[in-house]
Formats: sequence, C-alpha cells, structure tokens
Amino acid sequence: MPTATYAGTEVTVNDEGFFEDPSQWTEAMAPEIARSEGIDELTEPHWQVIKFMRTEYTEKGTGPTVRVLGKTSGVSVKELYQLFPKGPAKVAAKIAGIPKPRGCI
Amino acid sequence: MVTKRVVILGGGTGGTLSANRLRRLYPTDDVQIVVVDQNDDHVYQPGLLFVPFGLADGDEIVRSRHHQLHSGIEYRQVPIDHVELDTDSVHLEDGAVLDYDVLVVATGSVLVEEETDGLTGPGWLEKVFTFYDLAGAAALRQALEAFDGGRLVVNVVDLPIKCPVAPLEFCFLADWYFHQRDIRDRVEMIYVTPLDSAFTKPVASKTLAGLLEEKGVDLVTEFNTGQVDGSGGRLVSYDEREVPFDLAVVVPLHGGASYVAKSPGLGDELGFVPVDAHTLQSAAKPNVFAIGDAAGVPTSKAGSVTHFEGEVLVENIRRHLAGEPLDANYDGHVNCFIETGFGKALLIDFNYDTEPLPGHYPTSVGLPLLKESRLNHLGKLMFQSLYWHSLLPGRDLPGVSSAMPASGKNTKVAL
Repeated sequence: MPTATYAGTEVTVNDEGFFEDPSQWTEAMAPEIARSEGIDELTEPHWQVIKFMRTEYTEKGTGPTVRVLGKTSGVSVKELYQLFPKGPAKVAAKIAGIPKPRGCI
Repeated sequence: MVTKRVVILGGGTGGTLSANRLRRLYPTDDVQIVVVDQNDDHVYQPGLLFVPFGLADGDEIVRSRHHQLHSGIEYRQVPIDHVELDTDSVHLEDGAVLDYDVLVVATGSVLVEEETDGLTGPGWLEKVFTFYDLAGAAALRQALEAFDGGRLVVNVVDLPIKCPVAPLEFCFLADWYFHQRDIRDRVEMIYVTPLDSAFTKPVASKTLAGLLEEKGVDLVTEFNTGQVDGSGGRLVSYDEREVPFDLAVVVPLHGGASYVAKSPGLGDELGFVPVDAHTLQSAAKPNVFAIGDAAGVPTSKAGSVTHFEGEVLVENIRRHLAGEPLDANYDGHVNCFIETGFGKALLIDFNYDTEPLPGHYPTSVGLPLLKESRLNHLGKLMFQSLYWHSLLPGRDLPGVSSAMPASGKNTKVAL
C-alpha cells in the first residue's frame, strides 16, 4: 500500500492518492495536499467545501458527486469549479482525506 | 384478517409488475392494491432508442397503463402532491388522501433539462435534441432525416441516467443509419461523457471504447457540461473546454419525481428514494419500499433491474405484512442488450459485485456475452413482446433468474 507524508505524518493512500483511512487526516494536512493539487491557498469557501465533504462522508459512507455538492454545500457548481478547477468532487475529496467519491453507475 | 392496503406510486415497469405479482399472491379481501399515476401512457422505454432512426413508431411503444394491471387492482389517474411518512398517507393533487399499510415508490426518474444552462434555450428542438422521451425522439427523427452532414455530438450531462448504455447504442445505430443513407463519410461523430472512459465498468468499457473507435466515433472524456449553447453550436464544460456541434443529442440530468422533494424524509438530494440495496426497504420507514429507477441503489437504472427487483420486493412486502424479518435479497443483477448496428448486439450481465464479463448467458451454451452477435440483436427485438406479455404481468421468464448466474462467465479476464 503506498503512503504519503503530510504535516510530518505518514498516511496510507491508494494508487491515485486518496486516503485509505479518513481518520488519519488532520486539518493541518489539507494545505499541503491542496498544493500538490495545484491550489496554493485554501480560502474560506475551500474550507466550507472540505468540511462539507467530511460530514457527508461520515454520514453516508461516500463523498458527494459534483451535482450533489452544488445542490447541498451552499456553493454553486460554477464556483466549485473555480475553487477546484481540476474537478471539485475528486480534488476536494482528496484534500478532505476521504476516499474517491463512488459516483454513479 | 383486516384488509391491508398497499399503495403503489407509479404505473410503469416497477409499479405494474409489483401490483400484478401482489395481486396473484393475495386474495382481494386480504390486501387492497391501489396504483397511482398521472397519465395513462405506459411507454416501452427501450423502444425510444429506435424511434430517431425510423425503426419504431411512437404508437408501437405506448400502451394504456391501466390495461396492464390485473383485475382487482384499483387505478387512480391523478398527480401525486406529496407523501406523509408520519401519517402513512399519500396526498393527491385532487385533494384526496390515500392511507396505506405499505407504500411502494415506483415513479421512476424524470428528465430535468432546465438544470443545465442553455439546454432548453435557443436551438432546443432545432439543433439540440434528446431521445429520452417520446416527443424528443420523434423530433430528432425529423432532424436526422434532414441532416446531410456535419458534426453530430452525443453528450451525457451527468449520471445517474436511465440505461447508461443507450447513448452508446445511439452512436452505433447512428453510424449504421448514416451508412444506409450513404453519407457516413460526411458525418463526424463525437461521444462526450463526464466519465473517464466510455462506460462505468472496466472490462465492458474497453470493449465499448473499441467499438466506438471501430465505427469512427471520437471519444471525449471527463467533460462536465456546464452550458449548452444552441445558437453558437457548442457544448461548454465547467472547466471551460468546448465541443462544437451542428447537431447535438443530449441526455439531460435525471432526478426523482417532483413530489418526492415535497415529501419530508422520503428522498435524497436528487429525489431518489434511499433504500437498502438488498431488501429495497426504506431507511426512513419500514413500511416504505422503492423499486426501479426511483430507488437510490448503487446499480444501473434499467428495466432489467426493475424486473429482477420485483420478485424480491414482493417477497419482502409479504414478509413485512406477516411480521417476519425481511430476507429476500436483491444482488444488483443487471442484464442489457446493447445494439451495435448492422443487425447485431452485445449482451452484458452483471451485479453489485461482478462486473460485466465475457462468456455466455445464462450458462456456457447460452447467448454470447460482451461479443457482437446477430442472436443478441434478435433477443433484443423479441424482448418487447416478452415485456408486455410476461414481464409486466409478473410472470417469471424462462431461463432468466433474479439472481445473476455465474456459471457461463469467464472470470479470468486481463484488463
């Protein structure tokens, strides 16, 4: 199993860099993960989405899709793409230390 | 015993086959069955794919909803306003209230075109179409007849959608159609998907991507459509990529029926009803079940799913009414014929745990899986008759079981 080190702590991740165990995540790790995804600074709206992702994961066992994020996070899909240009659901999940959203079949 | 009342919302595939199976199971004195729907048009939805190519007509694929219901089932044709889980009641738009002992949500999914910026704006039904409803499919047929060359773009806005293979089948049939008209060399075809490959499941995705390539259809992946600009003739993604088109066939976003959002606790953010993936019972209330496209379970929204769920649903309703623990178990079984054009089709068969694999169905001497064949095409054509005469009446189809058969599948496939 691959590992990564954020904020001085080693964590287990999958091949694509998503956390295997969300309990290993701390807020201090988020800025570093964000930088590796090309986001230099986490602003307040970034944090709003990140915290929302973690709450959703805790309640439902999977992170939300972009469309559900747009309906429920208080941030529109357009803004979500401005915050996380490479794909809000995936990138925010990675920064929030939860597995890749399962999406739909 | 006091007569119980089962209210079934929706007279489509799931509602009809559930009602008919329940009616056979219980005498009318024991269980009253009421089906509610807002109109009397039962569309054989797999037929919509064929309408744009002149291979089926609208009147061949629509029948009366209430005529598909066995005698002894009450049919109420009225829109649903909302459901009150606390009082076990359905409130209808005409003001009537239906109390229930068991509720089955079978109202499928609806197209929410308006959720995509510009989709129904300028150019809608002129150069931007969908074949996911009958009016759209019929309008598209005229547009295709008038189309004599240019860029045809087929776009899935986002999942979930009904029958996730249908947009691919549309590409395959369009390739055949333009060949028949001898203008294939004048048509550029592009398939634009939000997924990172042609389909959701790896082995089948490889086969389907290969077919797109073979038929000269370009594939654009990870494209999240933010805007459809009909007058400018382009799709624009949220990350500002553009795909130009002369004719666009768009599969709009789907949601649950609109009354679900007005029914506190019943549905999720998209209006689908979260239920246990195996028992189909709602997490919100034990006397509420969902079947088919309306159900929020992690499998395809497809008629075969609804059919396989039906047997499990009815057994679990029986158990619930008898006060027994639910143990009927839906395994996520999906079975789809995929039209590939030129009189051939593929067949895929999978469930929650097993992705679509090559081999044969249902056993090693059956129909070929994940492989083009004439037999599969004939199977798809034959199915329409089985749908009206066996599946909706709630009969078991010979050789087709609710649980996915494993015996004919080749489980050792290299990706």
